[in-house]
Amino acid sequence: MATIQLSGVEKKFGELHAVKPLDLTINDGEFVVLLGPSGCGKTTTLRMISGLETVTGGRVFLNGEEITWKHPSQRDMAFVFQFYALYSHLSVRQNIAFPLQAQGQKRDIVDKRLKEVVDILHIGHLLSARPGKLSGGDQQRVALARALVRHPAAFLMDEPLGALDAEMRESMRAEIKNLHIAQHATTVYVTHDQVEAMALGDRIVVMSKAEVQQVGTPIEVYYDPANLFVARFIGSPGMNLVASRIAGGAAEMPGGNRYPLPAGWAKPLGGRAEAVLGFRPEAARVSPDGALAGEVYATDMHGGYTVLHVNMAENEIVHIRSDRQTSYPMGTRVRFDIDPKAVRFFDPKSELAVRREAPVRGEVAR
Amino acid sequence: MSRVDVQNLTKRFPTVTALQSVSFSFAHGEFFVLLGPTGAGKTTTLRLIAGLERQDEGSILLDGEPIDARTPAERDVAFVFQQYSLYPTMTVYDNLAFPLRSPLRKTPESVITTTVNEAAEKLRITHLLNRKTAQLSGGEMQRVAIGRAIVRAPRLFLMDEPLSNLDAKLREALRVELKHLQKTQGSTTLFVTHDQIEALTMADRIAVVNEGRIVQQGTPDDIYDRPDTTFVAQLVGTPKINLLPANRRDGSVLVRGSAISVPVPRLALTDSFLLGVRPEDIRPDPAGSFHGTVMLIEPLGVETILHLRSGELTLLSLVPGMARERVGEEIRFSIVQEKLHFFGPDNRRIAEQGH
Repeated sequence: MATIQLSGVEKKFGELHAVKPLDLTINDGEFVVLLGPSGCGKTTTLRMISGLETVTGGRVFLNGEEITWKHPSQRDMAFVFQFYALYSHLSVRQNIAFPLQAQGQKRDIVDKRLKEVVDILHIGHLLSARPGKLSGGDQQRVALARALVRHPAAFLMDEPLGALDAEMRESMRAEIKNLHIAQHATTVYVTHDQVEAMALGDRIVVMSKAEVQQVGTPIEVYYDPANLFVARFIGSPGMNLVASRIAGGAAEMPGGNRYPLPAGWAKPLGGRAEAVLGFRPEAARVSPDGALAGEVYATDMHGGYTVLHVNMAENEIVHIRSDRQTSYPMGTRVRFDIDPKAVRFFDPKSELAVRREAPVRGEVAR
Repeated sequence: MSRVDVQNLTKRFPTVTALQSVSFSFAHGEFFVLLGPTGAGKTTTLRLIAGLERQDEGSILLDGEPIDARTPAERDVAFVFQQYSLYPTMTVYDNLAFPLRSPLRKTPESVITTTVNEAAEKLRITHLLNRKTAQLSGGEMQRVAIGRAIVRAPRLFLMDEPLSNLDAKLREALRVELKHLQKTQGSTTLFVTHDQIEALTMADRIAVVNEGRIVQQGTPDDIYDRPDTTFVAQLVGTPKINLLPANRRDGSVLVRGSAISVPVPRLALTDSFLLGVRPEDIRPDPAGSFHGTVMLIEPLGVETILHLRSGELTLLSLVPGMARERVGEEIRFSIVQEKLHFFGPDNRRIAEQGH
């Protein structure tokens, strides 16, 4: 059981904010991902939760009890790092049992817990090996086992897959999620990889420049990003963002492209001369009678699909995801359309999303 | 013109044979990618072509002429590394002009100015020309490094994982720029990477390298749609291809440990083999012939990975958008029959009959 609450938590180094005051409640059993580029404050936030870093303002609560100034070892949270931090002179079995033995647990309890985690992580065959002999993935499994075996109130994970190769990362990602489904332990997970965040998180906290940009479910941050940063950061490629002039009930884009404002947008965009029009690459479709046009800048084959990069004009390049059959030589003029339900708008100055008039649930293109 | 022929290159180091009779060719204007895991021999190949390393056997031809005896400088190739290797105290302009100011070249300053400005424009770094390179971001530095390679207009570009040190967003952007640039310049490029997405998205052709040998060559379509071995099949595509142990029985292909069966293809099948199915070819389908339990859902935004338990097997299925399925749910699914892959016990693709 663990509900973690951060209330105005901040970290300053002199006058410089590493983390600006942050309010966040992580519910019992929830998997929350802190996501952002390097230097955004995500790891510092995690370390303040763990107590490895002191706060310079605000308070941290665990199940309603303030733990702001408690020693890390008294917080009942298990930390998993990018680097496995295993004892190389101990066997896998000894590594996993170590936290329990340090607690002075009885032998039969140690054996029982050990068996439990070893079964969950499928590492029974590795127990007598030394960590140095294992693959990166297996070492990280052992590190996870050592964290799990304590039955901590919460797991704090700092880029645990960061050191693994792409293939191993993919399979370990699924294992961590399986583990969470089985255990339902409160987990705070730090990553710079938006794919990982989307795949794992019940909720994602997107951070940039020491500040929270958005807190939401994967669906929310993907389809309704709160600002331009989130729109760009989530997705690969990110959301297409085109500077537009709003005039005569349409968004005017470079290259003489005009896109009529979809239903629900006329009012919130009324009185604005400019807005940034956003759409996901999969929301656009090449079609001979499409309302918009541009020149093919490059075509990428991605295995199961193709991404067309289309230059509308003046290097305003939009990315369109299409099937493998859709491939054009560079310079070909193509027409395309955007699903009106999937269009979003942002304020070019504040960079914040403009809220559509009375969004109807279920109507939002997903 | 610059055509490259690499013929039977072998390179031995004291404890290991890095390359074992490697041959490939690429034509003028081609973007050719060497793809393989760490230690496969990709960088060694590149260094042999650059002349930074000498092969033990074999020959390298540039436009039909052996260049084995030439020094790196005489080969007229430009190298772009993972590390930017710029002069930090010089401005971007001076870094770009540096190769042209070589005393061997005696390029007039007016020509240098024009060439540098053109390169800067192509790489969209004109606004950075007066900055010191130490003040630039990683992406900007790599643009400058590429710029320094293109000002010379060399016969051949050799690029060794130039995007690997950049973050995902920059990598994505530079990938597109690099490809656009290469095609508009018509330059000949050999590009080394371990990243299958870089290979698929940028290459005209790919040579897959493993353990010092070339295991397959072809267009990105060839490599993805017709992998010669299970190694190649697993190397490209994310999530990874499903490889299912299967047998042939009573006119059907039966997948072991599950109730999945598909019609027997027109192939010379062995008794026991591997059936390869790409995740996008496994589709939840109310009218599908197969059953599975949803074990795990990984929403990625544009698509969702479903882990489906069918009998004793777990299959990965990739579906567009956000999945409506729930963990624990029993669903039906179908398998796209036209896109199946069959691999024999030797892990090689089973050839079509009559071929």
